Amino acid sequence: MSFLVLEDVHVYYGGVHALKGISLTVEEGEIVTLIGANGAGKTTTLRAICAQARVRQGRITYRGRDITHLPTHEVVSLGIGHVPEGRRIFSRLTVKENLEIGAFSVRDRSLVKRRQEQVFESFPRLKERLHQKAGTLSGGEQQMLAIGRALMSEPALLLLDEPSMGLAPVVVEQIFDILKELNERGTTLLLVEQNAFQALSLARRGYVIQNGEILMTDHAHTLLENEDVKAAYLA
Amino acid sequence: MIPQLLHSLPQVLVDGVTLGAVYATVALGYTMVYGILELINFAHGEIFMSGAFIGTAILIGLNSAGWLGHLPKLLVLLLTLAVAMGLTGLLGMGIERVAYRPLRNAPRLIPLISAIGVSFVLQDVVRFIAEWRTGNYIVTGVTLYGAELNLGSLTVKTNTLIVLGAAVLMMAGLDLFVRRTRWGTAMRAVAQDKDTAALMSINVNRVIALTFFMGSALGGATGVLFAQQYGTIDPYIGFILGLKAFTAAVLGGIGNIRGAMFGGFVLGILEMFASAELGPLTGGVLGAEYKDVFAFLILIAVLLFKPEGLFGQAVKEKV
Repeated sequence: MSFLVLEDVHVYYGGVHALKGISLTVEEGEIVTLIGANGAGKTTTLRAICAQARVRQGRITYRGRDITHLPTHEVVSLGIGHVPEGRRIFSRLTVKENLEIGAFSVRDRSLVKRRQEQVFESFPRLKERLHQKAGTLSGGEQQMLAIGRALMSEPALLLLDEPSMGLAPVVVEQIFDILKELNERGTTLLLVEQNAFQALSLARRGYVIQNGEILMTDHAHTLLENEDVKAAYLA
Repeated sequence: MIPQLLHSLPQVLVDGVTLGAVYATVALGYTMVYGILELINFAHGEIFMSGAFIGTAILIGLNSAGWLGHLPKLLVLLLTLAVAMGLTGLLGMGIERVAYRPLRNAPRLIPLISAIGVSFVLQDVVRFIAEWRTGNYIVTGVTLYGAELNLGSLTVKTNTLIVLGAAVLMMAGLDLFVRRTRWGTAMRAVAQDKDTAALMSINVNRVIALTFFMGSALGGATGVLFAQQYGTIDPYIGFILGLKAFTAAVLGGIGNIRGAMFGGFVLGILEMFASAELGPLTGGVLGAEYKDVFAFLILIAVLLFKPEGLFGQAVKEKV
């Protein structure tokens, strides 16, 4: 039984057929990446998993359970974290409140505290900014907060949408190191990236998505060597 | 002129702060709902009115059953407030469920119209029940704290202290709830970004329902206090009071809780000031009946220079 399975998933935005039968699997403990051009359907795929885009046809199962038509808050409480595109931190809340809201489903306050400490181990900068309004953070810090916030629920599966977007190369490096660490500690990652080289270097397997369809899939290192992929996404 | 003005000032302030407390607590309901849904809940004035009638009905019922004289006044008041808050809270939740939730993705104007429709329905239902039970839709209730304290030139009803005390407690309670609790933080998160809040495993519909419950319960409680303070109520008191409380919310920056409280007090004091001093100040040209004109002129002036209100956010943050 695969960890996460998408079978022939179709999504429409108004009249636009955004996902035309996406099928993919993610195994427990893997890092899988979804690469493709802007507007190919990468973000929509992640949104479909979290029920933020309505699945018109097809099926999504997580740990064998059909989650296709569950509301978003129930999907994520099954252990799926989502770091959305553009970070979407709560800018009017403090850093601390952002982290606390990430652990909304956790009632045990001491557990929330412990997880917060774990997040600070990965992102010590957040501790320095704890009582600041999140909107005052730099782009890199906001991305760290978005990831830290998702980690507060200790997800078994973490969906990441363009975590490198708009960040300086040094910061991107730092964030990818942390993702690797997270994975080594047991978190399964599904990573959407425009920065295909970086994503394929980190991932075990990759899917190339084009116009709402899976164009090809293979081991990440094979995709890195593929001439078509090189020409289209690694140039 | 000036000595006369100074002489009446303490009374103006007491009356103004009392009226302001009423505006402020009702304004909270507008601002909370707007903050979370960007919807002006025009039925909120009618929820306030329903609270006034529920409270009055309870007190009349207790009185005619002969229990009122035997129970401690404070207990009766707290009980009345609790029941009225519970019922108006549920009423607000019900309105959201029936009239707003199905229209959540409709164009902005549509839920506004259903809000106005709900207002009319509530006015007519309350009028129907009031006429059926008492023969008249204008109802004079039972006043619990009718005594007056005379402090020199100052006259204060004991009920004024009750209104102020209850309003301040409710406002402080709400402020603490929103700032300090898990659900309060969830409320602020939902107000800023519903989709992302849902990704934090927050049940957004439940938070919205809770917002309606709390805002409506505050409005309903204020209705009870209003009926105690001013004695006579009718099914149309919610309209103009709602409009003014909405004005207070806009003045403070709609969506901002502390702003709404501040706006309520400012508007109440201005209105009482105008009502007492406009005549003497203009040599009788403008009488007390111009108090609303005066209050709204101030509003217009503030909004001309600060369109987002006194405490509003100038521009919505884009992330």
